[in-house]
Amino acid sequence: MKNIKLTGYRRPNGKVGIRNHLLVMPTVACANETVKAIAEKIQGAIAINHQHGCSQLGRDSEQTKRTLIGFGSNPNVGGVIVVGLGCETVLAPPVAEAIQQKTGKPVEYLIIQETGGTDRTIEEGIKVGLDINNQISKCQREPIDLSELIVSLECGGSDVTSGIAANPAVGEASDLLVQKGATVILSETTELIGAEHLLASRAVNDTVKRRLLEIVKRMEKKAIEMGVSITGANPTPGNIEGGLTTIEEKSLGCVYKAGTSPVAEVIEYAETPLQRGLVIMDTPGNDIESITGMAAGGSQICLFTTGRGTPTGSAIMPVIKICGNPKTCKTMKENIDLDVSTIILGEETLKDAAKRIIQEIFEVVNGKLTLAEAKKMHGFAINRIGPTM
Amino acid sequence: MIIIINDKDNVAIALTDLPAGKEIKAGNDVIIVQESIPYGHKVALKDISKGEEIIKYGEVIGAAVENIKKGSHVHTHNMAGLRGRGDEKH
Repeated sequence: MKNIKLTGYRRPNGKVGIRNHLLVMPTVACANETVKAIAEKIQGAIAINHQHGCSQLGRDSEQTKRTLIGFGSNPNVGGVIVVGLGCETVLAPPVAEAIQQKTGKPVEYLIIQETGGTDRTIEEGIKVGLDINNQISKCQREPIDLSELIVSLECGGSDVTSGIAANPAVGEASDLLVQKGATVILSETTELIGAEHLLASRAVNDTVKRRLLEIVKRMEKKAIEMGVSITGANPTPGNIEGGLTTIEEKSLGCVYKAGTSPVAEVIEYAETPLQRGLVIMDTPGNDIESITGMAAGGSQICLFTTGRGTPTGSAIMPVIKICGNPKTCKTMKENIDLDVSTIILGEETLKDAAKRIIQEIFEVVNGKLTLAEAKKMHGFAINRIGPTM
Repeated sequence: MIIIINDKDNVAIALTDLPAGKEIKAGNDVIIVQESIPYGHKVALKDISKGEEIIKYGEVIGAAVENIKKGSHVHTHNMAGLRGRGDEKH
């Protein structure tokens, strides 16, 4: 926390991004190939793909739309091209309009059926994309404050070291971030099962406490309705091989990431936090769905702990991989940004490891590429909550 | 060699592969490892009866499904979680 100056890109709505991406986004799976073809022709453009946007109902359809709007609105994105087919449930024009209204960024949309087929849409997409890129490439970094950051917390490929090294170290870092006015999002509701009482006792008021207990109960009910034990899905076979036996055990290790701050708010998947401090977002334990939800909620950077190792990144949000397993830190070196196996080896305290984590956040905010970014690990997955019709 | 996270815990974590017969110190106690236990897995710090809660981090992580002898490997074969158990729905 020394006097390192943080810099970022201030967007027209005042929010700050730490990257300046051009995002090419389909509102429906039918436009996946088209957005890929557009992005290929534009330096720095990132295309995302998904399987949704049509044949969805009610809250499920709304959640897909909210995620797409939120992802496009993330301040790490300088400009957006939204591509739709023209007959889907989640249409391109309202998505583009919502992003434009929320952020004031350059946003354009294209509709394949109206533009006259994929070839003409690709051609048109490249044209508007190059124009947007020209605009956003002029954005300059300027000083920003730590309190303007929303930091996502995630754990994936967990093993027993996660709960005794990487997660507690991230917890210490979370506390430092919250003390400095930043927002930290704890996610993965599945991995609160069995540990929710610890977080509930830290809720700022009864409403937050009730909401927290509700989202955990709702997630557990979904698991029970499948008629089998949650074990095997979460903890996963790899978690079990690594020594984690039950969801309660995994959860109790998982919540260390949140440190000791009061729980200020509980929000739905892909919603933007309204409070500062520690916020809980209702996401599934699935890593890519979870980090996508937090990025759609406006998070600019993610601290991701792992024991067994995982390559996961986000299309628009730098993901810092932190590992406490000495073996994995060697075998998956190319995917691990920060080695905190020093904690288990007795070579470093949690507090010192947390300082290194904060230092890494500062460097990544200022432009250092995470390994997942450098390797173009452009993860994107939307959490579904309803059946396909 | 092992780590006991909380004083209330009745299991510890192996920080190396533990071979059967190995004597390990656990606080003021000595435990004889009953069977080989892989790195990162749990070892019973005392005799645990069937149905008794398994405690790690000072919190309940599940319950024994059979009697577990001190020094035994504690995992899916002799304990189970109490939450998210759709298999026990009536």
